[in-house]
Amino acid sequence: MDLHFGDSKPTDDERAAVDALLGPPESSWEGADRSDADLRWARGGREARDRRDLLLPGLHAINDRIGWISEGALDYLCRRLTVPPSEAYGVATFYAMFSVKPRPATVLHVCTDLACAAAGASELCAGIEASLGPGVHVERSPCLGLCERAPAALAIKAGDPVRTAVAAPATVHDAVLAASAPDSAPEEPSAAMAVPQAGDPALVLLRRIGVVDPSSLDDYRAHGGYTALRRAFELGPAGVIREVTDSGLVGRGGAAFPTGRKWQATASQPDHPHYLVCNADESEPGTFKDRVLMEGDPYALVESMTIAAYATGAHKGYLYLRGEYPRALARLEHALAQARARGFLGDDILGQGYAFDIEIRRGAGAYICGEETALFNSIEGYRGEPRSKPPFPVEKGLFGKPTVENNVETLVNVLPILTMGAPAYAAIGTQRSTGPKLFCVSGSVERPGIYELPFGATLGELLELAGVRDGLRAVLLGGAAGGFVRPDETGIPLTFEGTREAGTTLGSGVVMAFDDTVPLPRLLLRIAEFFRDESCGQCVPCRVGTVRQEEALHRIVERTGAAASDDIALLREVGRAMRDASICGLGQTAWNAVESAIDRLGAYE
Amino acid sequence: MTVTPLGIPRRLLEFTIDGEPVRTPEGSTILDACRAAGKDVPTLCEGDTLRPKNACRVCVVEVEGSRTLVPACSRKAEPGMEVRTDTERARHSRKIVLELLASSVDLSTTPQVAGWIKEYEAKPDRFGPDAARLNEEPKVDNDLYVRDYDKCILCYKCVDACGDQWQNSFAISVAGRGFDARIAVEHDAPLTDSACVYCGNCIEVCPTGALSFKSEFDMRAADTWDESAQTETTTVCAYCGVGCNLTLHVQDNEIVKVTSPHDNPVTHGNLCIKGRFGYQHVQNRD
Amino acid sequence: MRKRQPKNYTRLTTPLVRDSRDEPFRPATWEEALTRAAEGLARNRGAFGMFSCARATNEMNYVAQKFARVVMGTNNVDSCNRTCHAPSVAGLSAAFGSGGGTSSYEEIEHTDVIVMWGSNARFAHPIFFQHVLKGIRNGARMYAVDPRRTSTAEWAESWMGLNVGTDIPMAHAIGREIIHAGLANEAFIERATSGYEEYKALVEPWTLSLAEKVTGVPAAAIKELAHAYARAERAQLCWTLGITEHHNGTDNVRALINLSLLTGHVGRYGSGLQPLRGQNNVQGGGDMGAIPNRLPGFQDILDPDTRLKFESAWDTVIQPHYGLNLTEMFEAMEEGELKAVYCIGENPAQSEADSEQAVRRMRQLDFLVVQDIFLTKTAELADVVLPATAGWAETEGTTTNSERRVQRVRRAVTPPGEAREDIDIICEMAARLGHEWKYADSEAVWNELRSVSPDHYGMTYERLEHHQGIQWPCPSTDQLEPTYLHGRLWEKDPSMRGMAAPFGLVQHDPPVDLTDEQFPIRLTTGRRLDSYNTGVQSGSFASPLRRGEYVEISPEDAERYGVVVGEEVQVSSRRGVVVAPVWVDTALRPGLAFMTMHFPDEVDTNQLTIEANCPIAGTAEFKASAIRIEKLPVATIVR
Repeated sequence: MDLHFGDSKPTDDERAAVDALLGPPESSWEGADRSDADLRWARGGREARDRRDLLLPGLHAINDRIGWISEGALDYLCRRLTVPPSEAYGVATFYAMFSVKPRPATVLHVCTDLACAAAGASELCAGIEASLGPGVHVERSPCLGLCERAPAALAIKAGDPVRTAVAAPATVHDAVLAASAPDSAPEEPSAAMAVPQAGDPALVLLRRIGVVDPSSLDDYRAHGGYTALRRAFELGPAGVIREVTDSGLVGRGGAAFPTGRKWQATASQPDHPHYLVCNADESEPGTFKDRVLMEGDPYALVESMTIAAYATGAHKGYLYLRGEYPRALARLEHALAQARARGFLGDDILGQGYAFDIEIRRGAGAYICGEETALFNSIEGYRGEPRSKPPFPVEKGLFGKPTVENNVETLVNVLPILTMGAPAYAAIGTQRSTGPKLFCVSGSVERPGIYELPFGATLGELLELAGVRDGLRAVLLGGAAGGFVRPDETGIPLTFEGTREAGTTLGSGVVMAFDDTVPLPRLLLRIAEFFRDESCGQCVPCRVGTVRQEEALHRIVERTGAAASDDIALLREVGRAMRDASICGLGQTAWNAVESAIDRLGAYE
Repeated sequence: MTVTPLGIPRRLLEFTIDGEPVRTPEGSTILDACRAAGKDVPTLCEGDTLRPKNACRVCVVEVEGSRTLVPACSRKAEPGMEVRTDTERARHSRKIVLELLASSVDLSTTPQVAGWIKEYEAKPDRFGPDAARLNEEPKVDNDLYVRDYDKCILCYKCVDACGDQWQNSFAISVAGRGFDARIAVEHDAPLTDSACVYCGNCIEVCPTGALSFKSEFDMRAADTWDESAQTETTTVCAYCGVGCNLTLHVQDNEIVKVTSPHDNPVTHGNLCIKGRFGYQHVQNRD
Repeated sequence: MRKRQPKNYTRLTTPLVRDSRDEPFRPATWEEALTRAAEGLARNRGAFGMFSCARATNEMNYVAQKFARVVMGTNNVDSCNRTCHAPSVAGLSAAFGSGGGTSSYEEIEHTDVIVMWGSNARFAHPIFFQHVLKGIRNGARMYAVDPRRTSTAEWAESWMGLNVGTDIPMAHAIGREIIHAGLANEAFIERATSGYEEYKALVEPWTLSLAEKVTGVPAAAIKELAHAYARAERAQLCWTLGITEHHNGTDNVRALINLSLLTGHVGRYGSGLQPLRGQNNVQGGGDMGAIPNRLPGFQDILDPDTRLKFESAWDTVIQPHYGLNLTEMFEAMEEGELKAVYCIGENPAQSEADSEQAVRRMRQLDFLVVQDIFLTKTAELADVVLPATAGWAETEGTTTNSERRVQRVRRAVTPPGEAREDIDIICEMAARLGHEWKYADSEAVWNELRSVSPDHYGMTYERLEHHQGIQWPCPSTDQLEPTYLHGRLWEKDPSMRGMAAPFGLVQHDPPVDLTDEQFPIRLTTGRRLDSYNTGVQSGSFASPLRRGEYVEISPEDAERYGVVVGEEVQVSSRRGVVVAPVWVDTALRPGLAFMTMHFPDEVDTNQLTIEANCPIAGTAEFKASAIRIEKLPVATIVR
């Protein structure tokens, strides 16, 4: 491609960061010194253009090393990958974790989202800013997925290697320490601390958390690891799909699509290769179950991805991991290396002649990338904008090929399905919502964390388990894209059909409790701000609609009754169009929570 | 012997639009079928030389069985589909989309939009005087064309035309996110520091006048731009031997703008800098 | 960035005359100017040459060549196609009997391998290159052969930076490799070609390693291209002036055509040969007979039946021999055998290689009448200057593009002042010389052409409008022919197959202007994206890309000479000396420099180029001169 590059040159560090990822440049056309051979013969074309998917890892490499992405660094990366600088700039500016303007090497992300806001995030922010010097850039962040330890802060210090530290629950002192000396910040509590039920033998999905050493493959195997994969090889791909179909498993990411059907549809596509993508871009405010699974039982995900890939005929899997999950990243990278070393990944898994490997791709701060097609674009090195469907991913997904995309929790359910058999699994839960379900409980409860219950338990039972505090005002189900219910609705059965019948949603399993000290209009405004910030901007209803929604909620934050009624009517009209006409689920659901607060909770009355 | 390989003939599929049966070749979009059936569906981001982006959502219609409305411009027709183009639900979304756009973007040079705003009874003012607008100043950084992003509806057409669908220069991209997303050169640099080759193929596809010839921009500023007094004559470019068809827009015997027919087998609506802008020598009359 | 004062040309609005070449021009009436012009031509009958215009319409070219042949009784008519693509026409007609490119643009979108040889189409033919890009996006692999790694080459799977003027060794080595690898299409060779055994013997010495030595391109790269081209189900071979602007341009073209004969990549949809034409109507000018050896419709003058047809149509006698081509006409000026020239819309004073020599020769003419829209450098040498219209925007007619597509041009603006249409002016001149031609409009001219050219017969104005242009041949008014030529070569029935296409038995002959210690740098020339030829047309619009003329050199050479971007240096060849600022381009290798002819008023590049002409087509070797670059001030050594 005849790309245009400016005069800016990369620094030695920037060049080294990119070369560490890509290897040294092969010719002067890619940035090496000029040689006579280069001036007689140059390769290019398809092969050169085919490396676009390394753009996001490249941007991470620079950002990790330097803390921001300069013109020279971006140009160098583009030259290496044959990517137009304008497009790379469009990609870099899409993600919240990147900056194309100079900033300090350390960035402290302070969560100001729902659970953390309720736990005093704004005071925390103010305190941090007052005590931190100019060497740290403070970024107000959407949900960091640490809701059980609200308020939370995540420090990222660029360098070689990049260092991170989490402070949660954060005091001003902890957060400042994490930012100024991430290496000496105290170790995060183990993942088991997020599982109040840890050790309970009745657990299915969480049974190994707090029990096994998450870094040890042998320990994983000693606790039943890789029996499911062996069973899968016995069953063969079609047998696995039949088990999963018969189990009644549906997707846990929020859409509740039958997993077996998805796998079957992918497996039967004549086009090849097939891809498996694990969606670990857990960004729904209030959701942190996937993080806990990956931190506490990483091999379970590796094993279940291997099974899913085997069943659907994929030989390459991508694990798209939320960029704000450094510990999950470390655990998974280690697990993948171990699995490869032991032949659980690679060319000949378990000597069965089946080849499969997994590549981790880090997100970089974009809620929208949890949408499956936006996630594909993100992996491919494009802006994480959703694609229009149809065609659906099972037909044309990642790199335009048949792709099965599953959430972390969905995948790990495959292990018990194969070990206990579909009938036994299907016997858990209700007729239409089978199996165990994870719930992310946070907010006004004594014991926030991940809870595993069979489908069918009521909201009240769950809140009881978590120790709901007095003065409950509202419960948010499903996160920012979900809906509020009243304290008197705790009889709602926590099933897909039960919540649907009650006119609300289970979503990804968020259960966030708010007591009457939390000002509801502020909460709604925060939700609206979240969607405004996270809208990718592609379609008009969402791009402008989320702005108009936030403006209206801002106007009525202190108003009630007739003084708010015009704006509420406006919100309803705009919300309806967002729901009807937006391209993807983000815009379609951006009005849900606010609407439910008005209709169910009587906000602004 | 055939003139060109005809390919496999396309099957016709049957479905209904507003209750009336229609037949359309396999692979057509709902919009194709609507237009063939004489149904008026408004469009903004749709372009006859580009793959549908379905970003503006003004063309949404109802399809039986679909949870949401579907964009007519990109959804392929399927046999047995029941499409309704003019329901209250579809009209509501179109109205809101027009309101959202008109309240944030300068649509004064967008053809047809005034009529739609009237037809759908859109009231862009109702978001109040403080409703956020793009608030962009025109970027005049070269003598050939102007980028007035206050008029940009972010339809992506210029990006697609500059990128892999036609020009492959990739001078521009969408940068930023959400309401702050803008069409930009890398590092927000002026065009003169970019990969732009001034082919003007972005202007050719811009639906709102956000991209315009400097000549048009200046004449509009001077209030001398008068489309009713312009003639359009299609001729052949006088530069290289490729033979691109040019449509000369002439006002008062001056060429004020050059376009190319979108269905032309040579250009498909695209030109290079010489064809698009290199006409001045003819009118160096004194 | 340096300050430039680009020359801007203003339209001519009245005829200009002068009584002697020492006097300045004065405005004149049309009557006076035409009368003077007619007298000037009449007194030089028998020593007349017509420079027709590759920029003007087919209709104008038809009338201009008719003027030369009927009014002046000579076949001395030619145009600037001589300076660019005459070798393509000569080579293609020698192989296939027809001088047009064999494919159409659409086909390159549906091919498997594209070879761009000596063509920076990304800059010189941007919209053609969009079709190439479509092909690439559809999965075609593109290969580029060019001394520079141009923008075009940057899109290639593989770019091969050969030495300037070593195209034949490269082509022959590819041919040999195809034969030795057993990839030659023997069925096609057997059925549709002749001279294969001789060709095989000819290329046998050109091993990959010898080719590597001569071209500078690694053997592996040449082999890869050979295999890719031969194994492709469909392949397109495209070239531009990098092939033709050599002293042996026609041989170069033949060497490329050989590869298509060897592999059967011609005469099928998606497989063909595509020379890209440099000017809007350089194809049409030749098609209309504005060349010394062909009558309208590309019909050979030496064919008695053809002559008879035209003689009866035009009521005249046509000289039964070829006329002089542009290059020969210039030589005849030197000899004093050509004394009067009617030059329409051409600027040879700046476009000819060794421009100083061209100017000197034109000054020797007894009479020069120039018909143009500007007072060009050539017009400044004239006795009479006639203000014309801009063909593409001020007249009606047709032009023919590189894919042989005849398209309508239309009048969109009114010409300035007293400027008149070319055809009117020629007819007025003809009338003054005893030939009253009456054409109601351009369509009448076109219909006359249709009546004498079978290839154009089916193209009525109405059909041209309806189909947005029609490709020749179009013998029928109710049918269209395939988009590609020479499908006949694939016919099963030998009688339908026609003449077998002969392999061209051509030898490598390095550039005439050798590099040596005195002139160590190879200068090659080309176009930039936003400029065009001598800049008369393109100089007027405010291109943000334009930076004027530079001598572009490699970073290594810049370092060697101790010069930086923008620094003026002296550039000398064996013919002339210019001063030009330096530009450093990483697409160049040490020892290779690049310039354009877009800004002759700033830097007259053609003072450096060599007038070493292709003996068959007459095109000069613009692409290869030897130069020396010196830092200013140049030290003069006093002996």
